[in-house]
Amino acid sequence: MSRRALIIAALAATALPAVASAQDFAITNATLATGDGGAPIEHGTVLVRGGKVVAAGSGVAVPAGVQSVDGTGKWVTPGLFSAVTDLGLWDVEGVADSNDTEADKSPFNAALDVAPAINPSSEHIAVSREGGVTRASVAPFNGDSIFAGQGALIDLGTGTDPVNKARAFQFVELGEAGAKLAGGSRVAAHVALRNALREARDLANAPSGARSSDAMLTRADALALAPVLSGSQPLYVGVERAADIRSVLALKTEFPGLNLVLVGATEGWLVAGRIAAAKVPVITMPLRDLPASFESLAATQSNVGRMKKAGVKVAIGMFAGGNQPRYAAQQAGNLVALGKLPGAAGLTWGEALAAITSVPAEISGMGGKEGVLAPGAVGDVVLWDGDPLELSSAPVEVYIDGVKQPLDNHQSRLRQRYKSLDRTYLPKAYDW
Amino acid sequence: MRVSPALRRWSSTLVLGAALALGATGADAKKQDKKAAAIVADPYPSTYKSYPGTPTALVGATVYDGLGGRIDKGVVLFRDGKLVGIGGADMAIPEGFTRIDSTGKFVTPGVIDIHSHLGVYPSPGVDALSDGNEMTSPTTPDVWAEHSVWPQDPGFTRALANGGVTSLQILPGSGNLIGGRAVTLKNVPSITVQGMKFPGAPYALKMACGENPKRVYGSKGQKPSTRMGNFSVDRQAWIDARQYMDGDHSERDLGKDTLEGVLKGEILVQNHCYRADEMAQVIDMAKEMGYKVTAFHHAVEAYKIADLLRQNDICAAVWADWYGFKMEAYDGIPENAALLANAGTCVVIHSDDENGIQRLNQEAAKAQADGRRIGIDIPDAKVVGWFTYNAAKTMGIGDRTGSLEAGKMADVVLWNGNPLSVYSRPEKVWIDGALMFDAQDAKRRPVSDFELGQPGEGDVK
Repeated sequence: MSRRALIIAALAATALPAVASAQDFAITNATLATGDGGAPIEHGTVLVRGGKVVAAGSGVAVPAGVQSVDGTGKWVTPGLFSAVTDLGLWDVEGVADSNDTEADKSPFNAALDVAPAINPSSEHIAVSREGGVTRASVAPFNGDSIFAGQGALIDLGTGTDPVNKARAFQFVELGEAGAKLAGGSRVAAHVALRNALREARDLANAPSGARSSDAMLTRADALALAPVLSGSQPLYVGVERAADIRSVLALKTEFPGLNLVLVGATEGWLVAGRIAAAKVPVITMPLRDLPASFESLAATQSNVGRMKKAGVKVAIGMFAGGNQPRYAAQQAGNLVALGKLPGAAGLTWGEALAAITSVPAEISGMGGKEGVLAPGAVGDVVLWDGDPLELSSAPVEVYIDGVKQPLDNHQSRLRQRYKSLDRTYLPKAYDW
Repeated sequence: MRVSPALRRWSSTLVLGAALALGATGADAKKQDKKAAAIVADPYPSTYKSYPGTPTALVGATVYDGLGGRIDKGVVLFRDGKLVGIGGADMAIPEGFTRIDSTGKFVTPGVIDIHSHLGVYPSPGVDALSDGNEMTSPTTPDVWAEHSVWPQDPGFTRALANGGVTSLQILPGSGNLIGGRAVTLKNVPSITVQGMKFPGAPYALKMACGENPKRVYGSKGQKPSTRMGNFSVDRQAWIDARQYMDGDHSERDLGKDTLEGVLKGEILVQNHCYRADEMAQVIDMAKEMGYKVTAFHHAVEAYKIADLLRQNDICAAVWADWYGFKMEAYDGIPENAALLANAGTCVVIHSDDENGIQRLNQEAAKAQADGRRIGIDIPDAKVVGWFTYNAAKTMGIGDRTGSLEAGKMADVVLWNGNPLSVYSRPEKVWIDGALMFDAQDAKRRPVSDFELGQPGEGDVK
């Protein structure tokens, strides 16, 4: 090997992250939960080939030559799907320079698109991956408009482009937060929304023509809302109060094309029948039970269970700020616990797992492809050292698109360095 | 940091609220009364008295005593507000005790949160009720959290029903270097704060180091704007307090009264601090100025100096796994508590959060599991102490509550399963022997005045 080739080889070995390719593998004899809402299956097998799930269940034969992992005593699930999160948009949330979640000084709002900003090397992604999260819908936060902009669907795999689908949805805040952003009242927020949608419609009808002289949206923002109007891009609506939810659902009569998703819906259980009838799904934080504001007086941990019973499609999500994506399993487990309390509504174990896997994937337009272990779905598989919803459990192996992922990060390096506090030989800085 | 409404809505109110909310201007509390009114030792005395209870025997449960002990198929007896017996299946149950079959269930001491802002940052989180940070001066030892506590905060009821919390310490926020006096409460519904105050609990002084004070005051163009500014302001405050203490007290100073209490060892110091290097500096400052730090709160880097904390008899009150929300939290790791415990350092699991306080048992369980995965196996019975006895001890009430021992307050939780499992919930909670929550009795669930007549009234939460 030439000197130059040697250097390149050395660089490849040490400096550059190795990009592994998908390998065919099977995990056998594990407790298998496919994420479809059903109970876990004992002695199950999942088979992944070419980055996709080929089979998952009991009695699945592993073809000769396929590497097999013994899952005895362990659990297998699909990778967790983190719906509506800030993953990849900050390194340190409070360090503004590292934080791309919002842009309150930008002249744009609906046109904002998080996709180019997502940083797959963010520690937050690495830590979430270690926690079994493999997919996410990343949402911007509102700057100075009711429109936060467009979110993206990502995967948390290493060494690849994280964005699976850019401009996957638009986010609008109504309710208290929207009222404040729109100038001080819910009334203003609803006028702002209607005006924006009408300007988008006018522009869509005459894309090259001159715009009305009193247009309030930038051209970019109005263009960005065209797919919202037609329904090809879902509109995620941040809303909490029962009355506000009714007002949001009523938008469908005025703008029939809207493809609505409710985000928050703390008082959703009060209007669960209407939400179900409108076939509008909900992404919520399940453990909010405090009247944190006057739009969430009816907050209860039974919100998810009651909505589910009424036929609403509900996902656990909103993993932003201190609400880390890796808490999803704990939150789901709490809903199982809730089912045992008199007067409370919870979820079955299978439903709880589905609320953090297949249901958020379905709401994100990835039903059957992500968040589930079914033939043809992506090879996102997590092997856990116990019941994945239990506090004592953690992933031992995580695969994304069939590729086994590294589970080390800044935190794991720190714990290795400080497991012993011996500093007599050399300072800790030499211990790495 | 900018805080958008959306972020506020999604995120923990307290990370952002307690740490960042800006206060209005206020008057200097320094009193100029030359006549020096006689100092009343306890001017806002507790009026709490235990509520009626019946002599009760919990029979057949797995009992964790909070001190590291575990009894299978145990018996816990209490009457007249006090624990009177803790033992095994052979323990005799005296006549007149109501027997509660607790087979398959678990009994622990009442859960205790050493770091809460319930009442001072209550729900609803509106500005009109935001009373936790007197951010008009970097040192406000003159303010007392009890004068801000709103007893109708529905958060108290959630902490009881979902968290089994029977005692808690309410601290001022961390915007100031010296934030003011904390107050320890019994988690009983009350019209007055005095009706919640834990009788005889020592006061604590909330202090904060690091980013918050320098950001709050630096952004106003005043001292401190740096960490060295933080120490300068702190040190001068202690020098002034010492001078006051040694003087004739002819001019009474409310703030220096509190600092004097610290210098005399009567008031405990509960110090918000994240980074290892800063904790080490604070330890030296305490030695220089002649006071003791009882605990570092948050302490996300405590694992780097577990030995130093142990040598100085300082507890670390920590979250299980919060990290990354600000620069000084960047090195937080989930193994913090386990590494501390493994080094023999005192560990307390705290919440600093109106939601987290409902699940201190779960946070402890996560921290235990994270330790186990790196080979540190801490028994369940010891982990229960992280949110019971260790908290009580660090708040100066460990001689009265926090453990199941005859003679102590009958602050007891009956869990419907192992409290270190996600699938378990408090089934019954007693405070001083009075049944204050019962999951099986809809009426044995407190409803604050604020929630009466609203959609939240009396609902399961």
